[in-house]
Order: sequence, then C-alpha cells, then structure tokens
Amino acid sequence: MKRIYSISVENRSGVLAKVASLFRRRAFNIDSLAVGETGDPGISCMTIVSSGDEHTLTQIEKQLNKKLDVIKVRTFAENESVNCELMLVKVHYSANTRHEIMDVCTIMNAKIVDMSKSQMLIQMCDSPERTGLLIHMLQPVGIIEVARTGMLALSRCAN
Amino acid sequence: MLGCEAMVKSLEKEGVKYIFGYPGAVICPFFDSLLDSDIETVLVRTEQNAAHAASGYARISGGVGVCVATSGPGALNLLTGIATAFADSIPLVCITGQVESDQIGSDVFQEADVTGACESFVKYSYYVTSAKEIPRIMKEAFYIASSGRRGPVLIDIPVDVQNEEIGEFRYPDKAVLRTYKPTVSGHAVQIKKVAKALSRAKKPLIYAGGGVHLAGAVSNLRSLAENNGIPVVSTMMGISVMPTDSPLYFGMVGNNGAPWANKAVAEADLIMMIGARAADRAVSQPEIIADGKTLIHIDADTAEIGKNAMPDIPLVGDAKAILKQINAEEIKTPDTANWLRELTEYRESHGWKKKGRDGFVDPAGILELLTSSMKDDSVITVDVGQNQIWSCNHSVIKSGTRFITSGGMGTMGYSLPAAIGARKAARSKQIVSICGDGAFHMCMCELSTMMQTDAPVKIVVLNNSRLGMVREYQHYHYNDRLSAVELAGGPDLSILAGAYGIKYMKLENMDDAEETVKGFLSGKEPVILECMIDPEDLV
Repeated sequence: MKRIYSISVENRSGVLAKVASLFRRRAFNIDSLAVGETGDPGISCMTIVSSGDEHTLTQIEKQLNKKLDVIKVRTFAENESVNCELMLVKVHYSANTRHEIMDVCTIMNAKIVDMSKSQMLIQMCDSPERTGLLIHMLQPVGIIEVARTGMLALSRCAN
Repeated sequence: MLGCEAMVKSLEKEGVKYIFGYPGAVICPFFDSLLDSDIETVLVRTEQNAAHAASGYARISGGVGVCVATSGPGALNLLTGIATAFADSIPLVCITGQVESDQIGSDVFQEADVTGACESFVKYSYYVTSAKEIPRIMKEAFYIASSGRRGPVLIDIPVDVQNEEIGEFRYPDKAVLRTYKPTVSGHAVQIKKVAKALSRAKKPLIYAGGGVHLAGAVSNLRSLAENNGIPVVSTMMGISVMPTDSPLYFGMVGNNGAPWANKAVAEADLIMMIGARAADRAVSQPEIIADGKTLIHIDADTAEIGKNAMPDIPLVGDAKAILKQINAEEIKTPDTANWLRELTEYRESHGWKKKGRDGFVDPAGILELLTSSMKDDSVITVDVGQNQIWSCNHSVIKSGTRFITSGGMGTMGYSLPAAIGARKAARSKQIVSICGDGAFHMCMCELSTMMQTDAPVKIVVLNNSRLGMVREYQHYHYNDRLSAVELAGGPDLSILAGAYGIKYMKLENMDDAEETVKGFLSGKEPVILECMIDPEDLV
C-alpha cells in the first residue's frame, strides 16, 4: 500500500535530516521525497511517498506529528490528490531514431528542451506512472541519464 | 550580557539548583559564569554519569535535570545517558559546548556532530547560532522536556556564541511553539466511555507504567484503585505506584515479572493501561492483551497508542489530569471481591520459589529484609542485570517509597549516579543504590563524586563475580557454554571502600543478615555493603 505525506515543516537548517532520520530509525520506506519552500518563506513543504502495511503507514503519520519541526501532516491516497513529478531525460539520437523520439514525445506530451548533434534533452511533467512509461518507451533508443524530482502532491480542490 | 551569562541566568530563572557536568575548553565560558551563581556544580567523573545523575535528580525532584559536557568526547560520553533518559521519558536539558562556529565541519580538535548523533533519541535538539536566541531556546527546552511525553532536550552551543554579547537579558514568560501543543485533559466523551466500561467490568485491572510517576499521578491512581476495588499491576517503570502490602497490588508484569501479575493480565476482562507502552519486556504478545478484553490506553504520546496494542478506548493526555477526570465521574463500583480473591489465592498458592544454595546470601531474602527495614519515604535506585529483576520482584515498597531504575534502555551503571542525583533532590531521605558487581564496576568512579559533593548513599553490591544476567542467558540459550561472563581480577571492595574513606560491610550468608542490614542503614554516612551471591543463582 502506498501513501502520500504532504508535510509542512519549519524552514530551518537540519529539518530535512531530522525527518529523514525518523524514517531510517524506524525502518520506514521512502519511495520518493521532494522538498521546497512554500508561499511562506518560514515554511517548507515535504512530499514523501511511502509504502507499507496500514499499521506502519499510520505509525509514520503519528511519528511525524511528534517531530517538533513538523507543523502539519496531511496524508492521502494517490487518487485523492493531484500528483506529478518533473523528469529530465537525456537520450542519444541519430537520423534513424530522431523521428521516433519526436513521435514518442508528442504522444506522451513531453518537451524537447535542449539538443546537440547527437543528444536530446527531454522534459516531462506528469504522474509517476506516465514519467515511468516515457523511460520505458525511450529505452530502445538509448538513455544517457535521467533525473526525477520525486512526486509532488496536493489534495484535490474543495467544492 | 554575554551568552554564557544568559545561559546561567536562564537556568536560574528555571529554578535550577544543581547541574551535573564535566568541563572542557569550549564549555568554559559557561562554567566560568557558574562561579557567579548559586547553582551548585556536581562534578562527575565521566559524562555518561552526568546524564544519569541528572535523571535521578529529575525523577526524585519532579523537575528537570540538567547535565553539561564539553564538545567531542565529552558530548559523546553523554550520549548513552541521553538515550537512557529518552527510553524512560525522563525530562533532561543537556547542554554541550561546541567548537567555534566558523570551524564547524572542518574536523578540528574535539569536534563531533552531537546533534546529528543523538537525533533519534532526543525529544528535540538545538544548535545555537546566535547568543540572542539563548533565553528563548532555554525557555523552550525546559518546556519541551517537562511537558507532554517527557524527554531529554539537547542544546549544543559553540564557544564563540557563549562569548557573544546579547544586550539586555529578557527571559520569555512562556514558550510559544506553533508545532507543539501537548494534550493535557482527556477527551470528555472518552472519559464517559471509560466510566461506563469500568462500571460494567467484572474483572477490571489497572496496568500502571512509568508515565504515572512522571505525571505525579500516584495518589490519583491509588484513589481510583482503592475507591473501586480494582487490582493493580505495574511495569518495571511503574514499580512503587502501589505499596507492596496493598491487597490490591499484584506485582510486576512481564517475562521477568510475577506469575500472578501475568495471570491478572491474562484473565482480566478490562485492562486500563496508564502511562505504559506494552513493550516487549512487559508483554511478549501485545495482541493478546486486547483479545476478548476491553482495553483502555491512557498515554501522553499519541504514537504509543496502537503502536503495540490496539485499544478500544484510547485516551491521550496527562495521566494526572485524566485520572482526576475519571475519579470525578460516577462509577458504579464493580463487585471485584471474587476477582481479588482469585488473584490472591493464586499468589498465595504459588509464591516465589526459594532458590539458591545455603552458604550464600539469598538475593530475594536480603532484598526483602533490606527494603522492609528502610524508612517509609526512602528511595531505591536499582541497576541492570539480575540485581534489577531481584529488586523488582522482592523489594518491599512502602507507601512513600520511590523505586527508580533504567527500564527501557537497561543501561548498566545507572544506579549509583542516579542515587547521587536523587540525594541532591532529597537531602534527608534514605537512599539505597542496589547493583551487581558488573554494574558497580561500570560506575564506581562516581564514589569520589559522592564523597566530594557530600551526597552520601548506601550502596549494596550483590557480588556473584559474574555478569549474572548474561550468564543466565547463556545457561538457558547456549547450553551453559559460558562466554566472557566471569568477573575476576578484583578489586577487593573492602580496600576500595577504604581508599575513598567509605565504610565497608560484608555479608557472606544470611546468618547475621538482620544485624548487618540494621548497621548498614543506620546513620547518614555512606556504606558499601557487599553481599556474596551464589554465581549459579538464577532470577
């Protein structure tokens, strides 16, 4: 079972280490983690995706709430929120593969943001399943490197 | 005012009378400022014991214990003591000096990342970057340590920050933390549910842990038990919530506990767990606690509820506040006469089996004799090993006795420094430290602290020339293949005691036990009583 934790924390030095240390110390999984400032420069938002059984996932929330740098913990299942991650993929291309890559990018709604005579840099912002699918589709042409932010999530809009 | 002066001034504002510590270069500004204060410094002989002594002080005074060490090795020596306090939720403020701010990260002399090292066993930690923050941080640290689920808070302060000018000293009236608002009172609806469940129960049981002591809720717990005829069992940390002669008390639970206490847990139809966490040593299979029973779990820490056992009625808050609320409810007193008779008969028909051979001191016998000869409001500090289990099961707890030990971490060498701290908190009480020879060896450097700082303690060393608990484990689990458990090589404790100017007594067997114990307890001066225990004795 996967759960997304959207955690507002005090924007102080060492807070990421404290939260990460909690996951390590209690043997909780981190599937992905993304951190950034929010609208309030005093508050950062950490989005952590974790997996485990119900007992573990509940413990994670309780233990996070105990941390004195944590302001608020929100949790949601994947279908209760809008989730996306940003990915950059660098690939080789040749005259033979150029069109194929461009087709894949068009179909997947990815953008070619940089290129040289032999390489292309592709950017995609989508759900982790879709970014994963792009990697899968590009594998045959030769991926050089990949960078992913990890999932970001916010709960769906209220009525 | 300088940062170091602000540190001392803040401690004074918090009512601190003693600090337990050990100086070094980068904490010298603070120690220098202490000279201008009435706060007394207890100079320990190794930093770990500064934390243990502060823990003993906190547990007996009901306040916060303060320990101080220098950077690097000083701070690192403190870690075991901090972890010990964390495991038992003891409120400490631990102050460590740190190297110059602009040298952080460059591996200079005596630099260690102490906030990083103890992250997972402090309630909170601060690394101070500006001296102006000192009053606020001190205020917060004391508040965090002593509220909610208590615990140690670390403040790491670079030496240059201690020497920084802060301007006028202003101490905040209260700590304001948007991320930390511990629940005190129990939820009213849940309190009603508890009252209803208690009224319906036929075999109710109170299962009391260390949280009851930490909240100062002993008298409230006794009222609940006595007014409603509810039997009580305790965890190791809960010992002394009830006197042993109470007809309602049935001893310590757990794999090392009393069979009648475990029977009570197994047969109760309602268990009210207060300030306890159903840890592995207390309950081997927490799920059976809830099996077919109504489980009420009262704890200051939300994360403890449902961690090991899933309660029907969870109640988060301060044990004292919640017990007051429950005591104010109208509870139809359950008729527990049969239930109590059943438990009493079980205890009487089973009893502790007499173990051990003649020609040695019987551990159970000597502990019973010793503790029953102690005054009503005394303190027993107990170490770790066989001596701990014997003490837990055989000490006679009087109505005002306080029993303290390292329960969660099981740190050997706790009892003597804790007793020294306890002595500072209770000048006139009778204080006895009980340890095995292994544990005594780990902390005997503190004998000189005891002598230097006028903190007399009566010390019992149960000597079997073994690491008895490990030997016992190897006896059961390794078929008596004994590895590294024999403690030979001395010292001769009579000479050792003499070296410190401490009175020494020895008990070879039970023949003159009564006379010896009487002599041991009389007077205020420190005594070491060495009791020769059969190396083959088991708990």
